Amino acid sequence: MLNTWIAGTVVAVIAGVTGFFAVLRGSTFAAHAIPNGAFAGAAGATLLGFNPLAGLAVFSVAGALGIAGLSRRARNDVATALTLVMMLGVGALFVSWSTEYAQEAYSLLFGEVFGVSTDEVLPIVILGAVSIAAIIVMFRPLLLSSALPEVAEARGVSARRMELGFLLVMALATSMTVPVVGALLMFSLMIGPSAAARSLTARPVLAMTLAVVIALVTVWAGIVVSYESNWPLGFLVGVLGAAFFLAGRAYRAAAIRFRPRVA
Amino acid sequence: MHYIFEPGFFGSGPVHVALAVGAVIAITSAVVGVFTVIRGQSFAGHSLADIATTGGSGAFLVGVNQFWGFLAFGAGAAAFMEMIGVQRRRSRDVATGVVLGAALGLAALFLYLATQSTSTTGASFTILFGSIFVITTSTIPALIASAVLALATVLVLARVLLLSSLSSDIAAARGVPVRAVGAAFLMALAVSVALSAVIIGAVLSTALLIGPAATALRLARSPVKAVITAAGVGVLAIWLGVVLAYDSYYWPPAGRGWPVSFFVVTLIVVGYLLTFLRRRDRQPAPADTLDREHACSPA
Repeated sequence: MLNTWIAGTVVAVIAGVTGFFAVLRGSTFAAHAIPNGAFAGAAGATLLGFNPLAGLAVFSVAGALGIAGLSRRARNDVATALTLVMMLGVGALFVSWSTEYAQEAYSLLFGEVFGVSTDEVLPIVILGAVSIAAIIVMFRPLLLSSALPEVAEARGVSARRMELGFLLVMALATSMTVPVVGALLMFSLMIGPSAAARSLTARPVLAMTLAVVIALVTVWAGIVVSYESNWPLGFLVGVLGAAFFLAGRAYRAAAIRFRPRVA
Repeated sequence: MHYIFEPGFFGSGPVHVALAVGAVIAITSAVVGVFTVIRGQSFAGHSLADIATTGGSGAFLVGVNQFWGFLAFGAGAAAFMEMIGVQRRRSRDVATGVVLGAALGLAALFLYLATQSTSTTGASFTILFGSIFVITTSTIPALIASAVLALATVLVLARVLLLSSLSSDIAAARGVPVRAVGAAFLMALAVSVALSAVIIGAVLSTALLIGPAATALRLARSPVKAVITAAGVGVLAIWLGVVLAYDSYYWPPAGRGWPVSFFVVTLIVVGYLLTFLRRRDRQPAPADTLDREHACSPA
């Protein structure tokens, strides 16, 4: 159980930090595509007898490069969609080749948080620390480039390079979180809490902190309820994330309506 | 000939069904896809597909045909997204994402409950990756009818859709009910995605929706030509995919056939990448300029 708590906590922190930027930049689709496509890598690695983590890393980095590369020549959402379906198509092939894969595919898509072993915790913590460090290093230029791309360009921050850098961090974060919360739900954890935090405050550091806190509450509550009821963690994370988002929206709507008039 | 079409290909009932239904669905997806790409709603399209997974698993749980689950959840999610503001460009990706996240959570629950009660895990695979060779005969009329309905909606709305996609302000000034048109389109999108989810699976139906349309918009010079090209590319991809999948029963490693969805997706993506090889020294096509105009606006 200790492993579950450690892994869940690291995942929540990462999801909050990267999710904040994903929501700010509007790269929600990429946040969905990279974890989802990376699932194919895990399928392939299992088929060939490698560590699934290696497959996840290779495929999520390939996905990030594919999205960034195609975006130079095509619309961003089209590039993301096509990169995603290509990876999923390969995943479907891998899954059909292996014989007893269905159960494992299910756990990769929807997570297996109670199955985290001590061997798995260490790489998760290390990769998590690396992606947090990368975000801290990139923080100021990334923030500027996300909020005001033109100003950032004028100041010499290349939007393209920032996009690539951010996608690579997302890929790194993905490869460690997918085995824990699953490919489909890593996404909920990135978007729901961050979107809720964004509607509560406009100040970047505060919003990011709030996103991490909300993600932590979501994961911890999810783990407790999931352990008690045996329902999948993914379900609880998805629903709690959406609930926080709706609560944030309601709060903002109320704040606007009852805002004291400036005399 | 036998190297291309394995013996028995043309005599097989499931193959006939796959080719015919596949073509109808490919055309619907491709046509709806052209407008999806022009409107920059690829993410919404993909999300509706993923949300259809939830419906598919729910349908499996209660024991009705998957298609109804795909359809019900797709339409419901489309309505909900519309409600919480997918129309506004800035916030719609986040709104889409939140709906998608919640729906995927529900899918996890449904699949979990389904595996608890029936102990079959193959269901999740069929729902996610589809299977064109196991279309239930009784659903074919419903499939065709929904395809025609979605196609008709989009074709009737084609002109207003184009106008409101390019400039919602001008459209509104001309008396077009922009929001209602957008909602109707989202419904048609949900139906077409549900359809392709049946044949190549929920998570891959995005390929049929976006791939042929994006390819066509790079090649064609007018919206009408783009729609026709997209339909052609879609049908070609499905048919070739079915032929290859049928052949692959004799391929290594397993001798069980490779999934149709893999072939269809690969063909579509390769086709799209091939358009980059075309020299672009001629004047830019109208459909393409329209594409670029959108690239500049915040998505």
